Amino acid sequence: MAEHGAIIKHDQKKSPKTGAWRYMHPEVDKKKCIGCGTCVGFCPDATITIENKKAQIDYEYCKGCGVCAEVCPMKAIIMKKK
Amino acid sequence: MNKELTKYYSAGHSACAGCGFPAIVRAVLGELKTDVVIANATGCLEVTSTLYPYSAWKAPYIHNAFENAAATISGVERAYEALKKKGKISKNKKIKFVAFGGDGGTYDIGLQSLSGALERGHNFLYVCYDNGGYMNTGNQRSSATPYGAFTETTPTGKESFGKIETRKNLMEIVNAHRIGYLAQSNVAYLADLKKKAKKALETDGPSFLLVFSPCTNNWKFPTSQYVNVGKLATETNFWPLYEIENGEHKLSFEPKKITPVTEFLKTQGRFKHLFKEENKPHLEEIQKLVNEEFARIANLCE
Repeated sequence: MAEHGAIIKHDQKKSPKTGAWRYMHPEVDKKKCIGCGTCVGFCPDATITIENKKAQIDYEYCKGCGVCAEVCPMKAIIMKKK
Repeated sequence: MNKELTKYYSAGHSACAGCGFPAIVRAVLGELKTDVVIANATGCLEVTSTLYPYSAWKAPYIHNAFENAAATISGVERAYEALKKKGKISKNKKIKFVAFGGDGGTYDIGLQSLSGALERGHNFLYVCYDNGGYMNTGNQRSSATPYGAFTETTPTGKESFGKIETRKNLMEIVNAHRIGYLAQSNVAYLADLKKKAKKALETDGPSFLLVFSPCTNNWKFPTSQYVNVGKLATETNFWPLYEIENGEHKLSFEPKKITPVTEFLKTQGRFKHLFKEENKPHLEEIQKLVNEEFARIANLCE
């Protein structure tokens, strides 16, 4: 374990995969998404990146809160049950 | 995972789905131009980001007790100054010191250490995310809990309508220390928050940010709603955005048309009881308190 005394080192590989919390699944409608990035800063888990002008969600960490779908001005993110 | 946003505070932390403070932490730290050391008062942010044996922090971070985030960061700042004097680190190295605390660790338990650090004039930024209560222990009231809100320790029923006291005015208390920069912001207004964080980080000496952070779990609203709840708080003047720079007050946002405060209150389960017929006077009282406080701030900003 990467610890010394009471010092804990950040290790992304070991971090809990909070995507397991999710029961609603956000899906980006690539046709509607304009890549404005409004959702990016509001995501509590920083799971959204803009790639090729479209929002991309990292489902490994997304907890499925639905904030991105709520703030999207184009209504391009839809919450689905999975 | 967004690389830029997770430079200091990564994903994988265990804050509730739809929590308000992660966006605050990322927006504030995103404005850093120098190296940073972070201290954190006990609260939701601390317990969810440092769940043993994990840490979500990629920057030097000190996990300390409830009452002493400001004292801890003062000590760190002095230690770096001493190391500079001894020549152990370069004199030109710029490091910013940031402390985070919730309203429990700032308004109540950490108030004396914050006051001490502000008075001594350390070069640090204190960020208080205000979710109006002790949320990680199950919603007990704090001195930041608004009038009329339901909490575990201010239950509602026949004899009680929730919290009977009004909120403590922390901005006034911090302003009494006559520091260079302090501001009230809201996580729903990220551009405003970033602008204020930049100014606060550039301030030489102590600076302070008080940021509104809606709590999905204990304010009782759906997880998707923190931005909408936050926006309504400012649009109804419940949470005005303003800054105080070298003693000059400045309003950062003035709603074009004023929305009644009930629009904000009815989004949350903690105020549900206020909409009963017998609690009508308390609703009127809240509107009166909001109007008075906004008029007072607007007057100072003229």
